[in-house]
Amino acid sequence: MTELCDRTASDLASALRAGTCSAVEILGSCLERIDAVDGRVGAFLARTDELAREQAEAADARIAAGDAPEVAGIPLALKDVLSTRGVTTTCGSKILETYVPPYDCTPWERLRADGGVLLGKTNCDEFAMGSSNENSAFGPVHNPWELDLVPGGSSGGSAAAVAAREAVWALGTDTGGSVRQPASLSGVVGLKPTYGLISRYGLIAFASSLDTVGTLTRSVRDAALLLSAIGGKDPMDATSLDEPRRDYTEGLDGEISGLRVGVVKEAFGDGVEPGVRDSVRHAVDELANLGARVGEASLPHADYALSAYYLIAPSEASSNLARYDGVRYGLRVDGADSVEMMTRTRGAGFGAEVKRRIMLGTYALSAGYYEAYYGQAQKVRTLIIRDYEAAFGAFDVLVSPTSPTTAFPIGAKIDDPLAMYLNDVFTIPANLSGMPAISIPSGVDGAGLPVGLQLTAPVLAEPTLLRVANALEAALGFDARPALIAA
Amino acid sequence: MPVEIDIEHVARLARLELTEDEKARLREQLGVILENAAKVGEVATEDVPPTAYAIPRSNVLRPDEVTPSLTTEEILSNAPEVENDRFKVPKVVEVE
Repeated sequence: MTELCDRTASDLASALRAGTCSAVEILGSCLERIDAVDGRVGAFLARTDELAREQAEAADARIAAGDAPEVAGIPLALKDVLSTRGVTTTCGSKILETYVPPYDCTPWERLRADGGVLLGKTNCDEFAMGSSNENSAFGPVHNPWELDLVPGGSSGGSAAAVAAREAVWALGTDTGGSVRQPASLSGVVGLKPTYGLISRYGLIAFASSLDTVGTLTRSVRDAALLLSAIGGKDPMDATSLDEPRRDYTEGLDGEISGLRVGVVKEAFGDGVEPGVRDSVRHAVDELANLGARVGEASLPHADYALSAYYLIAPSEASSNLARYDGVRYGLRVDGADSVEMMTRTRGAGFGAEVKRRIMLGTYALSAGYYEAYYGQAQKVRTLIIRDYEAAFGAFDVLVSPTSPTTAFPIGAKIDDPLAMYLNDVFTIPANLSGMPAISIPSGVDGAGLPVGLQLTAPVLAEPTLLRVANALEAALGFDARPALIAA
Repeated sequence: MPVEIDIEHVARLARLELTEDEKARLREQLGVILENAAKVGEVATEDVPPTAYAIPRSNVLRPDEVTPSLTTEEILSNAPEVENDRFKVPKVVEVE
């Protein structure tokens, strides 16, 4: 039987207005699901049941008064790198295990003001660094489709919570694919909007020129609805774009006739699993059936994007994470003087992947190496952007697999950083270029695991991106469910 | 060829205490990762300008007006050690 928690946010919003259910009932359904499965999934690091109850009651009152935005009363989960006033925010790290932010991040502040209901904070790779959620200091997250598999990462807890229908929707963050790749591996929709469209105020920084807040939902319309509630200019973030808040659900009418779709030829090579390739190819055929003009696109420098990313992101991280010095917040391990205190604090507080990236970034930025690594990587970034500009001269959207593989076993890649980094080979270019991209389920592979298809559009072309994704989603009619919650 | 790295020097720059095991593993892993990353040099020629931000913005200013901010109490609420409304740290300067 379909429970309230199994339904999409858009559907629930209609039901709330029709008076066929209440926000308190929706919350109850989510909490019941969390109680039933989260002991095995491990999506949540902290639950805020009491707060959620107050918020659900307040949302019901607003809905009854006829004064509620569409997102009111819909239960949400937040990745634990997004600051929440009075609610512990750990970044999946021991160094922030007890950190309680004195302010809210802007995306949650906007949702809270609109009647949002917070279920809790979700597990993630430490400081959002990882593609499997195994780098959390508080244990892995298990993929609801098969519990021995990773859910992807770094927003693995948010993706798993939405896949298992514990949360109706969730926010994550995407620096190199951390919303889209777990969406792909967990069979949900993951949207990374244009860089700067959603405020980063209160998002604890990893790599500032790449970090983007994104949405994890069970439909494209839900992604558009959530983006509408949190997007747009925020004076608290100097990198936020001068875009007004607007309604992205307009224009989701299924009409894509004549739209030009470019299939990225470099994204179907040897490293891509056959099950992934077949599923995405099938979806491309569906786009053609819908009337889109499908052609072959090329991103000739795509091969270099991964290398550039693994210089740029760690360099920015090594600088951003310098703030964890045992002085203002977080862990402190005592030492004879300040330098010894800082060095010990950071040695004890950071996990293996974070240390690896801090070391990588520190080296790449250090005297004598800066030009050869960071400087060259920034030039590759220019080449990637030029590739996209050329491709978008001929196409409205580009299509590729989201990730080369479906979900893999916990432990399979954890000792091989290079193999792990390859997960993000198709998602990284959209971060380097700032362009919006979305992952939607295109089907399942031979083992019954979900495959993700990625669409990418030019800067601020979210309306086109969402229109195509919505039309394709309807044509594909993906309705597989994780075994864990099989009806 | 894997890149040779002076791990102790880099760890000192990063103020990061590492065990001998961690140093050995990082020496090997970073060497391989950097060897791979050095690929960027193949295409990044002199005539290509660098990109720092994909969507460039400069001189983002706001009116110079006083607005409410966090209180001292809120700012200090997460500090490991506090004294007289200040963050307290171990000694920094040697006193003769």
